[in-house]
Amino acid sequence: MAIDPIDARGDLRLTRITKSYGDFTAVDDLTLTIPKGSFFALLGPSGCGKTTTLRMVAGLEEPTVGSIHLGETDITTTRPYQRPINTVFQNYALFPHLTIFENIAFGLRRRGVKDVKEQVDKVLNLVELPHLAGRKPTQLSGGQQQRIALARAIVNRPALLLLDEPLGALDLKLRRQMQIELKWIQREVGLTFVHVTHDQEEAMTMADTIAVMNEGKIEQMGSPADLYDDPETAFVANFLGQSNLIKGRIDGGDGENLVIDLFGQKVSMPKSRSHAVDNSLYAGIRPEKFRISRTGTEVRGNNLTGGRIEDVSYIGVSTQYVVAMPWGQELMVFEQNDDGVPPFNKGEEVVISWEPSFTFGLRGDEDVEAGTEVNPEEIDE
Amino acid sequence: MSSKVKDASIPTIPFRARLSRWFGRNLLRIYMIFGFTYLFIPVAYTFAFSFNDSGKSNLIWKGFTLGNWQNPCGAPQICNALGNSIKIGLLATTFATILGTMIAFAIGRYQFKGRSSSNLLIFLPMATPEIVLGASLLSLFLVFKINPGFWPTVIAHVMFCISFVVVTVKARIASLDPRLEQAAMDLYANELETFRRVTLPLVAPGIAGAALLAFSLSFDDFIITNFNSGTLITFPKFVYVAAARGIPAQANVIGSSMFFLALAIVIAGQIVNRRKAR
Repeated sequence: MAIDPIDARGDLRLTRITKSYGDFTAVDDLTLTIPKGSFFALLGPSGCGKTTTLRMVAGLEEPTVGSIHLGETDITTTRPYQRPINTVFQNYALFPHLTIFENIAFGLRRRGVKDVKEQVDKVLNLVELPHLAGRKPTQLSGGQQQRIALARAIVNRPALLLLDEPLGALDLKLRRQMQIELKWIQREVGLTFVHVTHDQEEAMTMADTIAVMNEGKIEQMGSPADLYDDPETAFVANFLGQSNLIKGRIDGGDGENLVIDLFGQKVSMPKSRSHAVDNSLYAGIRPEKFRISRTGTEVRGNNLTGGRIEDVSYIGVSTQYVVAMPWGQELMVFEQNDDGVPPFNKGEEVVISWEPSFTFGLRGDEDVEAGTEVNPEEIDE
Repeated sequence: MSSKVKDASIPTIPFRARLSRWFGRNLLRIYMIFGFTYLFIPVAYTFAFSFNDSGKSNLIWKGFTLGNWQNPCGAPQICNALGNSIKIGLLATTFATILGTMIAFAIGRYQFKGRSSSNLLIFLPMATPEIVLGASLLSLFLVFKINPGFWPTVIAHVMFCISFVVVTVKARIASLDPRLEQAAMDLYANELETFRRVTLPLVAPGIAGAALLAFSLSFDDFIITNFNSGTLITFPKFVYVAAARGIPAQANVIGSSMFFLALAIVIAGQIVNRRKAR
């Protein structure tokens, strides 16, 4: 009996999706459009609702309220086997009783496709494992299983390919290699990839667009560079890389720039990069944007005086400093070891400076710890 | 010993320490030999006495013969009893396996009202003494005016086999990753195809094991059978009755054959499993 999946192509649109389990709301009023052909990442800590969202798109869960459209077709309540959507599962979920060939052929056979052998061979060549066709999944390494799981999904040329933490079980080196390969395969086959991960580096390496999720909601969506350079919330600022967030007050400004008072020291920043709603704000600066100079040296741009080196960690490409500021806060500074200037010593009095345009402003009522407590290595949902 | 020059700088290990180390390494092996000897002496005895040139009673070794193996039906009624036991066993196994597998799926895979109490109740026949089950089944059959015989025995056997099937198959279902079925559905297999192509093949070894268990339980059963079979002779009943007069050596032949058949099935199963894993 051949299944004929719905013939729908186009953008994936989630409209006001909520998914509750009893009192617990896993996904909370989520609206999202994923453009056709893009490599889209849902990034967030475990329990943020990203996997639940993916499972609703796959048809393995039904939303409590809301609708899911693929192109113009409403697929909210259709069965998983009716959707032109395939998934690469977190643990790969290869069928242990079938050979690699039959695993990949599974979807083709269910749809009654004619040239099964030809298509399976082609996709096995794409993932560079044609010699494994006769083996069983248990005889393959983790990396090989990962590629077969990918092959089993893309051989069906779905309108949408879902990847649920696809690289979570691989070691770091293999993960890096697979990130590049996945990106290459996505371009090669031209499918829409939706990738769920808790690993910010993985999301930034692969995706065109990232949606950062937290507690069932989308915190911010944009390109990796947008999210990193201009985070709108403390959660995004802390979850993607590290941030120094300094409490301050908006103290006037001209058309383009704002003057910010940070514990009595005046700095400036572009108005467009402030997400504050009133006069209070947090000024955010990434650790690598800071420069350190000895007290008394001439510096460019914004500067904050009165710092004292609290800790020095030399890590090869860069040196990481912890600088204690007069108001009690410790700032993180990364300096490239490229100019031959000898590292500063613990206890030295320093000035830190940065280009005003690198500053971003967050609302003054934000929780500055948001997104810092999560352990990016935990993958259990 | 004295001819070799001892290097005094190499410390020697005292004999007692070496001895205890040897025991430490081999204790498990020694224990295993004792364990298996204990388990297999009765089987070996049965097998050996199947070659006894015994006459009526098979208690004393009287000489070697292949006669019992050449004529296993030699003792009156023995093959009739064996045939009945096999027939009852096959029927009971078939019904118990089908029903038990369905129950196992229901309990193992679905949430419904009364699930945990069914889970508990299914253990009850395993915990109830056979003598009680047998006696109460007989009175139940008599109340319904059903005379003891072949079919009441089959029904009784199905009843006590089901529990064992459920327990065995449920364990297999519990070890099955639900994501495999989700993956099948994701790959365009509807519910029926998913069951046929993924669920059933993966649970099959558990079902086969349950069927073997059910058959051996049924074939072996004496107490419940004795209550519910009336005049029908089964193999265990035959042996029991014969014991009063002396068990014929043919009983040993059939007993040994059953043992080797079971052994062959287990070994074949292992080989198939190993092939599959490769």
